[in-house]
Amino acid sequence: MKRLTVNGMSPVDSLFKEEGKILWTVKEKLLLGLSPLDYIAQAVRNPFNWVLAIIFAVGIPVLIGRFIFGLSWVTHSSYDYPWGLFLGWGLFVMVPLSASGFMLGTTVEVFGRKDFHSIERLALLNGLLGYLFAVIFLQVDLGQPWRLVYPMFVSLGPAAVLFLVAWHVATYLSVQVAELVPAFSEWAGWPVGKKFVKKIVLGLTVAGIILSTLHQGALGALFTYAPGKVHPLWFSAPFQWFHFFCSSIFAGLSMLIVVSTLCKTFLKWRCDDEFLENLDRQTLGLAKGCSLALITYFVIKVLAIAHDNDWHYLFTGWGQWFVFEMVVGVLVPLALYATAIRNDSARLARFAALLAVLGIALNRLNTALITFNWKLYQEIPHWREVVIVLTVYSAYIVTYRFVLYRLPILYSWKK
Amino acid sequence: MKKHNRRSLLKGGLVGGLLGAVGLSKKAHAAGSFEGYKDRYGMLVDLTRCVGCRSCEAACNKEQQLPAPDKPFDDFSVFDEIKLGQKRRTTEKAYTVVNKYEVEGHDRPVYRKIQCNHCNEPACLTSCFVNAYTKTPEGAVIYNSKVCVGCRTCMIACPFYIPAYSYSSVINPVVKKCIMCYDTRLKYGRPPACAEACPRETLTFGKREDLIYIARQRIKLNPEKYVDHLYGEREVGGTSWMYLSGVPFEEVGFDTHLGTEPIINYVKDFLTIVPMVLTIWPALFTGFHLLATRKDAKKKEEKSNV
Ligand code: SF4
Ligand code: SF4
Ligand code: SF4
Repeated sequence: MKRLTVNGMSPVDSLFKEEGKILWTVKEKLLLGLSPLDYIAQAVRNPFNWVLAIIFAVGIPVLIGRFIFGLSWVTHSSYDYPWGLFLGWGLFVMVPLSASGFMLGTTVEVFGRKDFHSIERLALLNGLLGYLFAVIFLQVDLGQPWRLVYPMFVSLGPAAVLFLVAWHVATYLSVQVAELVPAFSEWAGWPVGKKFVKKIVLGLTVAGIILSTLHQGALGALFTYAPGKVHPLWFSAPFQWFHFFCSSIFAGLSMLIVVSTLCKTFLKWRCDDEFLENLDRQTLGLAKGCSLALITYFVIKVLAIAHDNDWHYLFTGWGQWFVFEMVVGVLVPLALYATAIRNDSARLARFAALLAVLGIALNRLNTALITFNWKLYQEIPHWREVVIVLTVYSAYIVTYRFVLYRLPILYSWKK
Repeated sequence: MKKHNRRSLLKGGLVGGLLGAVGLSKKAHAAGSFEGYKDRYGMLVDLTRCVGCRSCEAACNKEQQLPAPDKPFDDFSVFDEIKLGQKRRTTEKAYTVVNKYEVEGHDRPVYRKIQCNHCNEPACLTSCFVNAYTKTPEGAVIYNSKVCVGCRTCMIACPFYIPAYSYSSVINPVVKKCIMCYDTRLKYGRPPACAEACPRETLTFGKREDLIYIARQRIKLNPEKYVDHLYGEREVGGTSWMYLSGVPFEEVGFDTHLGTEPIINYVKDFLTIVPMVLTIWPALFTGFHLLATRKDAKKKEEKSNV
């Protein structure tokens, strides 16, 4: 793509071709204004696509196999570890990293911080796709995926925490779709949609806040069903939902910093000047939010240990692992964010964000898989399970890129 | 008998909260502390009597029409099976298993039968989001495979590691666990198959209340033979299956750190904030919005007045 833009190609960013007032056709828009041959040529030139191709070549047959041969073919079908990597990664890691949608929605729409406007759509998209793929991961994991709607309409168990998760993720998904309608309606040349959403955007955002508070917390609360199974350092009944909720705040914001950095590096041709010029300042703004959430999180983590009197566990092997997670995933990012803010260094903030994202992934995997059943034995996922997770995650990246190439997320649509 | 147990109270709270947010309301439930069904049945397992003959396993297999076991029921080498450091557990092919324990200072091995304990307030039931589980008035915790989605949260929740899942089935994988022979026997007041098959009267079937009395009597009459504890009387809120033992319970694989609170009590902290968030957040954040955008609104007004 870089080469094409150097040669004077400019990607589609308005309804009309430059010369005269001719409308782009949908096909042309999908191909970014390139001829089919040029489009394929640029795709083949991209080495990242080759990596993806290999992953899909191996992964898709395995994924299909899961639905032909059943779960026991791709997992260790453990009775003691009913949840493996599919949910450990796909649900418990994906969802907090997708909290950016409601965070930025709140910042811009509720608190009126219009200066974050140019990154808001990226945050919404990050949220939408993260949730969408969390549901896809769930579908891979469910024993009877075709019954996905049972908890919604067929047989309700409203007193269960998972019931909340199901309802809230489902409604929040539709909220996020609605929030992205403006971007789509600009691209598709369908102004009614945008106008309508504009009218209800505050309601949508507030609904987003409610649903997010509850389902982010609920994911933590799911583990309070298993008080004896998760290691006490990662478990505290009264605090669990709050730990998950609070950490989702910096998880979502940090993920947004990471994603925007990737866009700036690999998708520069698709970003407009407004996005690029504001990014450093916005990164530091997000960094401020992250550091506040990180310090709160750290304090309530310590509070929980004090509340349950778990201090003695800190001096065991698990304790070292816990300290590692807290230092690398919380304290170091916190210090880096603080330094970045003081020195006005967006680069440092980006590094902090990467650490914070990895820290959250580690925390969720620790809770759901690694320290789960700490009194029994350690479950090591089946290789096919790993392959499927990689495949679905790659599909996530491809979808992400597909949308960023086309819809006005990183650039504004020209009238 | 109290009609509203704690579960229906919780449901009322949650549904009320959910619906309340969209403008519907639901009548509030009367509060009541949960005591369980009064006349429920139970089983008393006396570990001092069990000889590990596995007749109960065989009877269960037959009654529940389970697939043939990997090793026949008179093969006692299964007691030496250790997988990942664990003794045998319930599986999709076996709703109950007997394990053997060598206890130091005890001249003969101790055997322990495990199966679903049919909790008074079952964690599996409260965690299931399609309500697949039912605690029947007879005391059994049964399961409806027709609505199960296969999320396996119930397996996460069961403190006794009981439910198994038929992972290998592609079309219809379901949860597999002891249902106390509900359909074929308990419903008609008859004892479960295992109890009937046991040659040593290790398993005593009866009304849960009577069993507690019997157990107390046995401990009282033979204090040197029994540990002074009835496992299951109060663990996780009480279970329908209860155990007497002559050796400390933790030495024969019982989890003695479960506490007496029903599992659902740990979840309550979260469940109580749900209605609060649903009702308070909308007002709070709309308020924030009005405050935050007041300046803009004023400016606009001034402009339009000019
Ligand atoms: S022992 Fe486990 S499966 Fe049985 S009723 Fe209790 S929680 Fe449910
Ligand atoms: S696996 Fe089935 S029975 Fe268990 S919680 Fe999920 S839906 Fe309910
Ligand atoms: S049938 Fe009775 S004695 Fe034999 S193993 Fe079962 S409980 Fe023990």
